[in-house]
Amino acid sequence: MFLRERSRVISSIINPLLWLLIIGGGLGSAVSFGGINYQTFIYPGILIQTALFSSIFFGVYIVWDKKIDFMKEVLVAPMRRTSIFFGKIIGGSTDTLLQILILFVIGFAFMVGGIMPGLHLTVLSVLVSLGFLLVTTIGLVAIGLIIGSQMESPEGFQLIISFLIFPMFFLSGALFPITNLPSWLSPFIFFNPVTYAVDGMRGVMLNISKFNIFLDFGVVCLFSIIMILIGTYAFKKMKL
Amino acid sequence: MSFMYVIETKNLTKKYNDLVAVDNLNLQIEEGEIFGLLGPNGAGKTTTLLMLTTLNPPTSGTATINTFDIVKHPDKVRKSIGIVFQDPSSDEILTGYENLKLHGWLYDMPADLREDRIKEVLELVDLTDRKNDRVKKYSGGMRRRLELARGLMHHPKILFLDEPTLGLDPQSRDYIWKYVLRLAKEKKITIIITTHYMDEADKLCNRLAIIDHGKIVVLGAPKDLKKELGGDIIRLKAENLDVEGLKKLQYVKNVSNCDGEVCLTLENANEHLQEILKAVGKVDSVEIRSPTLDDVFLHYTGRGIREDRPEGGWGEKAMNARSRT
Repeated sequence: MFLRERSRVISSIINPLLWLLIIGGGLGSAVSFGGINYQTFIYPGILIQTALFSSIFFGVYIVWDKKIDFMKEVLVAPMRRTSIFFGKIIGGSTDTLLQILILFVIGFAFMVGGIMPGLHLTVLSVLVSLGFLLVTTIGLVAIGLIIGSQMESPEGFQLIISFLIFPMFFLSGALFPITNLPSWLSPFIFFNPVTYAVDGMRGVMLNISKFNIFLDFGVVCLFSIIMILIGTYAFKKMKL
Repeated sequence: MSFMYVIETKNLTKKYNDLVAVDNLNLQIEEGEIFGLLGPNGAGKTTTLLMLTTLNPPTSGTATINTFDIVKHPDKVRKSIGIVFQDPSSDEILTGYENLKLHGWLYDMPADLREDRIKEVLELVDLTDRKNDRVKKYSGGMRRRLELARGLMHHPKILFLDEPTLGLDPQSRDYIWKYVLRLAKEKKITIIITTHYMDEADKLCNRLAIIDHGKIVVLGAPKDLKKELGGDIIRLKAENLDVEGLKKLQYVKNVSNCDGEVCLTLENANEHLQEILKAVGKVDSVEIRSPTLDDVFLHYTGRGIREDRPEGGWGEKAMNARSRT
């Protein structure tokens, strides 16, 4: 199904590439953190960014399904709404992880080609990162579905999620280190679950991290569990 | 054992805040009936349908479908029913076949049964040779037929059709009508249909209920409802019409002025036409017509135009609130 929406496939690859090459390359000429070039530094952040945009956006399909009567066709089938919710979670996560796999391939090519020195993409670091991405993605898809289940217009959905996606991205340390932050900023960052996903992945890929990796993973898991619980409830109460 | 209806509603009620959308609805529908649910926009038809199909829970009261309670056993109710929705409900980027396959999955059908049923329903609606085209390329009528096929795939005992021919050309409408009649006759499926097309209701329904403001205004067979309006209407155009002479005729129930012409209401207009024409003398034109279901509908629901009330979730409400400041 993914391949039938070509524009989405292309933009899902081009967007992170633009970030890596232009933001990474442009800022990288002036900035570097901990002796690692900026492009390499933001690479884990860009992976999360892709997860963030694609997962939460997945909720828009709920709104479309509601707009045409497809949602009714699904809801009127003899199965529990919880199953529908988890089905959507699996669908959205697969969708997102496919895009992320492509980014891993690109990252690997950049590493080998010498564009991103200092990046450790080993079997272990990729697997651990995928673990982080999978759990985070599940929680983020759930957020998208929760919002989608409450909205009736795709435009409204878009508006609400942009209020959510951008702060979550910018306040995650995806683009800058989270040590020595101004004191007014740090509460926002430490309250953002995405921060812990970025920190954990940066830990395994670049050996730069602020928190213990188990703390990182714990926070991300907790976040996803809470979102799943809220999402299950939202689906049970969803009205048409 | 007492006789069980296929559908029986007991004081079925739905309130949205202070608005009573469906108000203590009591309906009994028998097996094999084609039952019409008519009413102006916002009368409560769709809400009733949503409750009967377990998509929205009632505020109070309940209903049984195929002997299962919609509140206590929604899963069993869902297995007994099939639905064709008002708006397109097939996935555009999938092919017709894939849409049906998805339906089979949703209804947990074993693979071989699923394939048999897909073949069966595709033939039934004449879409076999288009099954591998994406739904995006289907015409409105084809899409409707596909959705009809899908609604029947799990062999429901009751089929709900929400405005099944909205926006279709006369050919497609005729096709769907024939098909619905055949279903009720051959497969003994009970069919509940909502529509705004009175000719459609007249042609298809054994019985129908006109609802307005969430209540049943009138219920009966189309033929009886038309009869109750008081027979045929003769419309005469003539100069110097002898209105007093017409009023003397016993069988003429009512004489009224409609747009400068004279309208008579009477039963069996065809039999009395000669006499009437003799009584009035020279006429410019005569028109006889039987009351249609449109007349019935307008008689019971009035001529005022209804406003649709849009409803939104909290997101839309929040946005509306913001745009007002």
